[in-house]
Amino acid sequence: MRFVDEYRDPAAARALVARITELAADGHYKFMEVCGGHTHTIYRHGIEHLLPTSVELVHGPGCPVCVIPMGRIDDAVAVAQVPGVIFTSFGDMMRVPGSKGSLLGAKAQGADIRVVYSPLDALRIAAENPERPVVFFAVGFETTAPSTAATVLKARQDAVVNFSIFSNHVTIVPPIRAILESRDLRLDGFIGPGHVSTVVGQRLYRFVPEEYGKPFVTAGFEPLDILQAIAMLLTQFSERRCCVENQYTRCVSEAGNPRALAMMKEVFEVRPQFEWRGLGFIPESALKLRPEFAKWDAELRFDVPGVRVEDPKACQCGEVLKGAIKPWECKVFGTACTPETPIGTCMVSSEGACAAYYNFGRLHRQVAATMGGGPR
Amino acid sequence: MCLGIPGEVVELLDSNRHLAKVDVAGVRRNVNIDLLEDENVVPGDWVLIHVGFALAKIDEEEAQRALESLQLMGQAYDDEVQAVIESQIA
Repeated sequence: MRFVDEYRDPAAARALVARITELAADGHYKFMEVCGGHTHTIYRHGIEHLLPTSVELVHGPGCPVCVIPMGRIDDAVAVAQVPGVIFTSFGDMMRVPGSKGSLLGAKAQGADIRVVYSPLDALRIAAENPERPVVFFAVGFETTAPSTAATVLKARQDAVVNFSIFSNHVTIVPPIRAILESRDLRLDGFIGPGHVSTVVGQRLYRFVPEEYGKPFVTAGFEPLDILQAIAMLLTQFSERRCCVENQYTRCVSEAGNPRALAMMKEVFEVRPQFEWRGLGFIPESALKLRPEFAKWDAELRFDVPGVRVEDPKACQCGEVLKGAIKPWECKVFGTACTPETPIGTCMVSSEGACAAYYNFGRLHRQVAATMGGGPR
Repeated sequence: MCLGIPGEVVELLDSNRHLAKVDVAGVRRNVNIDLLEDENVVPGDWVLIHVGFALAKIDEEEAQRALESLQLMGQAYDDEVQAVIESQIA
């Protein structure tokens, strides 16, 4: 067990692996980790190679960079290219390819695109440049949406009228439901996302056991957290229970952060439809600004093309995001598609399954193979 | 971008603007604490910071564990700390 030695508490990790092996001895279990942060931890620490062959991990759609469809990147580039506009974005989005190139490409061609750490940095840029329109490219699940909401409220309070939001915020429950409804994927349970759950809380996930009969365990980001969550899922099977449990009690509560949820609700409303990369259109899965915040809505202030663009044929991000194939099973993985020249979104973000596997997983797999472990 | 990074609250600034001075990896930066308005944040508290906002209060042990596991992430952690340092929230 080479990998275990790097853990904070190797003895605890060994004990958890032994417990998992014992609990999973009678069957085969397929669990999805929803969150891209978990995917990163799993590949970074070679967790797949510690697990018995009877436990399989499937990587889910919980990386907000990875699920943005190409058409929305084209829209962002179009707004960024409007003369006079200062377009602001998180760094992760800069290299995501649209059908006509990325934001990084548009910046090289002269558009004023600035990387920001926080929507508040974008608001500050707007206050400092009152004569120019400043747009913030808002992406993220409920982890990030409250921060955007608070920023819009602050823009209203401070009367910053040259500031607007291009909202691409998405919500966590609809894709989980879409995956549960999907016929080509049989899952036995979920490792639930950590940080998004600090906002939305545990009770939102009750539909998973109640309507679909699958256990759901929210987990923290350490390797030990993930191993413990897997043991908790398997324990539910052995005790014939099926419910929502919380491994990450250090950060996640039953109700989440009510103030953050209230601010989101004040500023955003649910879109009837939103396209997800690889998952297609999912009803009521994304957020737009409410009509009373129209002044700060970039989609109303600018001509946004809004054209739907097919994913590149060679790219299999959709199947990776649904957990139908592993990153290395994609035709272009590591050849035409690498973190330096990504074709698909999963290769762009460090939380994307393909980038995580490209950077760490390949190495672990080679080590595991030389140690006599099977390839996973 | 989904990383949450722990920081220790050093000082409460303008309460109207919901700002606190927070020590993040040895660097002091302004962080917005509006989302934790109901949780009575005081100097000495540890918070989980995401895109310039404190998202949740955490205890010191959790903060240390989170920092250790973040440091193991290497480049992704370095990039996040650099982004926090360059941020100028006012």
